[in-house]
Amino acid sequence: MSIVVCAEQRDGSLRKITFEALSTGKRLAEASGETLKALLIGNGIAGLADELKKYGVDEVAVVDNAALGAYTADAYAAVLAAYVAQENPALVLFGHSSFGKELAPRAAAKVDCGLVSDCIDINFADGDYLFKHPVYAGKAIGNYKVAGPVRMATLRPNVFPIVESAGAGAVVNFATDIPAAKVTVTGTMMASGDRPELTEADIICSGGRGLGGPEGFKLIEALADALGAAVGSSRAAVDAGWREHAAQVGQTGKVVSPNLYVASGISGAIQHLAGMGSSKVIVGINKDGEANIFNVADYGVEGDLNKIIPALIEKLKELQ
Amino acid sequence: MKIVACIKQTFDTEAKIVVGGNGQISDEGVNLIVNPYDEFAVEEAIRTKEKNGGEVVVVTVGGDKAQEALRYCLAMGADRAVLIQDAAMVGADSRAVSIALAKLLSEKEAGYDIIFTGKEAVDDGAAQVPSRLAEKLDLAQANVVTALSLADGKATATCEIDGGSEILEMALPALISAQKGLNEVRYPSLPGIMKAKRKPLEVLSLSDLGLSADDVASKVVLAAAELPPARKAGQRLTGEVDEVVAKLVKLLKEEAKVI
Amino acid sequence: MEFVYSDEERMMLQMARGFAEKEVKPIAKEVDKEHKFPAANVKKMGELGLMGVSVPVEYEGSGMSNICYAIAIEEISRQCASTGVIMSVNNSLACDPIKIFGTEAQKKKYLADMASGRKLGCLGLTEPNAGSDAANLQTTAVLDGDEWVINGRKIFITNGNEADYCVLIASTDKTQGHRGISAFIVELDNPGFSVGTLEDKLGIRGSSTAELVFEDCRIPKENLLGEIGKGFKVALTTLDGGRIGIASQALGIARAAIEDATAYAKERVQFGKPIAQLQAIQWMLADLSTHYEAARLLTHRAAYLKDQGQPFGKEAAMAKLMAAETAMKAATQGIQILGGYGYTTDYPLERYFRDAKITEIYEGTSEVMRLVIATNVLK
Repeated sequence: MSIVVCAEQRDGSLRKITFEALSTGKRLAEASGETLKALLIGNGIAGLADELKKYGVDEVAVVDNAALGAYTADAYAAVLAAYVAQENPALVLFGHSSFGKELAPRAAAKVDCGLVSDCIDINFADGDYLFKHPVYAGKAIGNYKVAGPVRMATLRPNVFPIVESAGAGAVVNFATDIPAAKVTVTGTMMASGDRPELTEADIICSGGRGLGGPEGFKLIEALADALGAAVGSSRAAVDAGWREHAAQVGQTGKVVSPNLYVASGISGAIQHLAGMGSSKVIVGINKDGEANIFNVADYGVEGDLNKIIPALIEKLKELQ
Repeated sequence: MKIVACIKQTFDTEAKIVVGGNGQISDEGVNLIVNPYDEFAVEEAIRTKEKNGGEVVVVTVGGDKAQEALRYCLAMGADRAVLIQDAAMVGADSRAVSIALAKLLSEKEAGYDIIFTGKEAVDDGAAQVPSRLAEKLDLAQANVVTALSLADGKATATCEIDGGSEILEMALPALISAQKGLNEVRYPSLPGIMKAKRKPLEVLSLSDLGLSADDVASKVVLAAAELPPARKAGQRLTGEVDEVVAKLVKLLKEEAKVI
Repeated sequence: MEFVYSDEERMMLQMARGFAEKEVKPIAKEVDKEHKFPAANVKKMGELGLMGVSVPVEYEGSGMSNICYAIAIEEISRQCASTGVIMSVNNSLACDPIKIFGTEAQKKKYLADMASGRKLGCLGLTEPNAGSDAANLQTTAVLDGDEWVINGRKIFITNGNEADYCVLIASTDKTQGHRGISAFIVELDNPGFSVGTLEDKLGIRGSSTAELVFEDCRIPKENLLGEIGKGFKVALTTLDGGRIGIASQALGIARAAIEDATAYAKERVQFGKPIAQLQAIQWMLADLSTHYEAARLLTHRAAYLKDQGQPFGKEAAMAKLMAAETAMKAATQGIQILGGYGYTTDYPLERYFRDAKITEIYEGTSEVMRLVIATNVLK
């Protein structure tokens, strides 16, 4: 049997979460004695198979078809289910990205198997897989088991380490009937700029009500650019209309786990902490010395962010 | 139009989570609310009815208390409610919930034009039921929708994706999972609350749906829940701005090694 | 005896709490600081049915119980006592007397307008020389053909600056004392009416407290509310109901102070542990919580009696007395728990403190409450 990673590509390039999933798949395959396979779906993407080989895959199955150019949940799920029917894997891994969040449950329903979403750890012990998935936005962690034969899981981005390794790396074509998609993608608007995407950023700079207004985010953006970071926001700042909801970090926004999370002017409500509490290092900048953010920050700076952030940007520039 | 909104009753987002001695999360004394994303779904369902006519049916799977959540949606303006309640559904996984909902919507409540759900529930954060239900009902789906227009039997939806958004078109019936931003959720008016008391709320068991406990046996089982390791407050950096900033950068570089 | 919410009461609580947290709370500080009448929220409250909670549906009210009304006022006042009193005055002091004493035509017009939130109401009772001593009113109404001609001044009128309608208590026969007092409905877009002094107040600064000036203000004969010479009863009945509203407002302020102080006590670390672990703090919170619960039960019981059509004057006075003193105590001790921070405007405790004080004064001072209670006890 095998462990299958459903590779995620957009516009012909693989996303980082795919390498995280492959590295995890490799680790689990070694523990369980399964083979590691990758399934690559799209149009004109066969060339990406080589990149997947770096992470120890035994086989890459490619479904390269003009009808799969634009991702649609129903068509991709049909391809995936057909592959699962042939392969009968013990475990199928996806990223918990917008792609995996939609595709994995649709495929799981087609296959009729159990799926654990948004895993922060998966291990193989005593002949079974154990999945860790935060619930209540991280206020608790559930340990799950899934009745087989097929199990599926989506992995939280930025949590699983990327490890390169050797594998047989065979590339095969997988042929299947592709149903007509039920939806048509008529437009795509990607955020402009060079800043990384929030859920896969290594560093995130977030601002909250303490910024005093929408113009306060200029300061956060400047800091983010100095650090190569993404920009996030507290709910208060989103509710005040200073930032779009896509930037909201927290229980009713995005859950992130960067290496470094810089919270400026954010008091640290429990709902916000739920969204960023798994960050490796947290810096809190707040003028209120009693702010809750200081109870979780590794480094707390009490003071006026309008003075601290410009000084911090200067200091970071000196280093470059 | 027949418009369906699927909801879930969840813990208040301010609830403190307590893990009981049995390794399961305790709901004792917790304030229960309609999952916030599902409120956007109900609101959109009501707006769709206000524009196109028809009826809004709000459905959920849950226990006795779930009736309160349904009544709240009826007070917002939904016309009637269906609760799937069965001992075999206690602790059901997303697969089981979608099987029960799909059975309801393909038989007893067939003939819908559009189904709304929230993009995910804030309790288990699984985000599985919308996609699973769409697959079970063989429907087109638009996920994490922030804008929607309906015309000529077609839906045009703006969906949030990582780093941007995309626009999808599909023929009805379809399933739409709602994201914050889709609309402003109304409060139930006081007359709405009074009317809600008299609106029909049907409670169905699995056997009423023609399902058995085996059909909905969970594949995903929570072995035990635990509380995450508590984060400790770290160092407080004090002094003049330049001094503090220099200290911070040095720590991030040399101690934390994150820049 | 059952102490559980009905479905209706639970939904009322959920809705009012949600509305108060999302719409009222974000502007509460500004409303206080800038003396800003929260017009947009008052409009929204009208649309939601909060401006005529217990007015029958046929007069565009919500047809709900007085317990629901008490719950709603508490939730709104938990976030902003100014908004709470604006709502309370419209419901209790303007809608209620018309609901009880009005003719069908008056209800169809004035009650429906105010209950739906299209118009705002106030009660014109207090005068410079007649507060609780309502029999000593100087404002006069004299019948002249088909019109009443009103002359006089009313002071300390909540909503006075924004109100469209006023339920006015005036003397129609000074020789008769309180038997010469009558009630009227006055449309305030009248050329004989103007707003006089606006008070600059310690608290509830988002609600106006105005002087109403009537100079040969002519109103139609049919705008007499209730019978001629029965205005004193209109005033007393109205004030009894109003006390349920003010008790609920005080409960909201008390709860705000207790909740904020509790949250702070859990977070504030001194001597290596949260101050909530210090007995001195625990006892304050225990006592305040007990007083709050007691006041809430009294308030809901008064509302229940009113719903049942039973006498509730004594109970409403007890509720208001207890709730107002609890609010004041909770705000005072809440500030104490926050220490220096509580004294600053960075935290809302000082606002609760300023807002709480008025609940011991208006719609009958705590002394008048004791008088009402004692009269009932001793009779």
